[in-house]
Amino acid sequence: MTKYDDLTEFLLRLGDSALIQAQRLCEWTGRAPALEEELGMMNVGLDLVGQARNWYDYAAERINDGTDADALAFRRDERAFRNLLLVEQPNGDFAVTMTKQFFYDAWQFHVLTLLKNANDEHIAAIATKSLKEVTYHLRRSSQWVERLGDGTDESHQRMVNAIDTVWRFTFELVEQNDTEWSLSEAGHIPALTELPELWHATVSEVFTNATLTVPDAASTFYLSARTGMHSEHLGLLLAEMQFLQRAYPDASW
Amino acid sequence: MYAQQVETGTKTVKSLDEMGAEERAFQEKIDAEIKIEAKNWMPDNYRKTLIRQISQHAHSEIVGMLPEGNWVTRAPTLKRKLQLMAKIQDEAGHGLYLYSAMETLGADRDEEIEKLHSGRAKYSSIFNYPTLNWADMGAVGWLVDGAAIVNQVPLQRTSYGPYSRAMIRVCKEESFHQRQGYEILLHMMRHGNQAQKDMVQDAINRLWWPSLMMFGPSDADSPNSAQSMAWKIKRHTNDELRQRFIDQTIPQLELLGCTVPDPDLKWNEERGHYDFGEIQWEEFYEVLKGNGPCNRERLETRRNATQEGAWVRKAAVAHANKKQKQQAAA
Repeated sequence: MTKYDDLTEFLLRLGDSALIQAQRLCEWTGRAPALEEELGMMNVGLDLVGQARNWYDYAAERINDGTDADALAFRRDERAFRNLLLVEQPNGDFAVTMTKQFFYDAWQFHVLTLLKNANDEHIAAIATKSLKEVTYHLRRSSQWVERLGDGTDESHQRMVNAIDTVWRFTFELVEQNDTEWSLSEAGHIPALTELPELWHATVSEVFTNATLTVPDAASTFYLSARTGMHSEHLGLLLAEMQFLQRAYPDASW
Repeated sequence: MYAQQVETGTKTVKSLDEMGAEERAFQEKIDAEIKIEAKNWMPDNYRKTLIRQISQHAHSEIVGMLPEGNWVTRAPTLKRKLQLMAKIQDEAGHGLYLYSAMETLGADRDEEIEKLHSGRAKYSSIFNYPTLNWADMGAVGWLVDGAAIVNQVPLQRTSYGPYSRAMIRVCKEESFHQRQGYEILLHMMRHGNQAQKDMVQDAINRLWWPSLMMFGPSDADSPNSAQSMAWKIKRHTNDELRQRFIDQTIPQLELLGCTVPDPDLKWNEERGHYDFGEIQWEEFYEVLKGNGPCNRERLETRRNATQEGAWVRKAAVAHANKKQKQQAAA
């Protein structure tokens, strides 16, 4: 299996997470709880596919073996995908979907805010553009977490269950990892040291407004998307997403 | 997309002499091409017809998201995925404009949606056909949106102001989707392999006749058309629009290098139009009655979305009430 350099791995982590999150949003088409949410979810999904494409373009440029953004999205197997475990989880009910979206948005918001000042100009430019979109995503998902958490008894209970379902995957959002350390030491990106604290602060603030309790920090476990150790959900998601490119490898679309 | 067969409640069109003073003033305004606005007096049947037509149109936008939603998770490239997502997003937006236009007539969105779910309100028959290969995403854009545009362009001049203005916005976006859909097919025909070319022809074979049915029954079987036209809700008959669509679509089809599944299609020099074969009206009426290939699945999906989303909408209302109380107390 190809192991890319640290910077490329990092770009794939950002690109893959955006794409897989968008793919899950696509599954909601025609099934959202209100027409406004059909629009909202598609809108967020569109932003994320656009972001994925930007990260992939840069990754492809670095890999420099003729690969392109589409090949990265549609021709890699699950062991090569670097997306956060959180975003590949099934949509569940609207509470699970919104909880995943909120955790991811809060992570993206802080990551991109830090990356905006990256020495690597490409990264800084993509982060600056994406941050505008993600600021909106975070506002939207925070509001939903508050509405559902502090809505009816049923919606509150569903939020409690949703948090219980996906919380264990949040360890990845706050872990300090070697790849990112070496990237910041090499001067490509700023140190992401503050990320855990920033993410936690956003979650705490919104959860307080939503009358929800923040669980104890999730701990690392067997799976890790950084090494391509995904949950069983990703393989099926990719089988669906990649089927045309796999079935017709010589085709141009 | 649009409304296909709308009951007007009147089988014969009254002459000005047969009308009361209010109705006559209304008809004179229509005849003078002055737009009717929400607060103006209008005959009860004009109001009801418009509610039926605009809601049918709105429902079509919403149900129309489903055949495309079927392929959005399988779009073959990032660019195609983005295009399809943008299109689906626009359709949700069109649904919203149209429900708003409908509400200016005093109708209630939730009530009209309930009529759709219980099978009492219609939506365009085309969305009861399944999408079976990727080329369907191109063909839906090109043929289905194409047919919708032929219908909607004259509706930009429809007599009811809010509907007419909604159509102006909708048409701009639909034209864009139509070109994108055509480009999907053109790309597959020009740069694709044999399997891709076969997909395109297969998509056209399956969607050609259902697209022609989007214009509604033939004029001979459209008892409501005369009144709709007198009110200038409709500006052209079903058959006129269908002919216009065929005439403009065949050259595009030829450019693709594809054929239509109609052995009777040929250019008629004398008429200056294409002649075409007989539409399977039996199939059309069966689909309208709910017996098409996907009617059941489409409505089930929409009903489930509404039912399963009920707790979310309730939570939003409960939360808004709490906020309001807090603000009032502060």
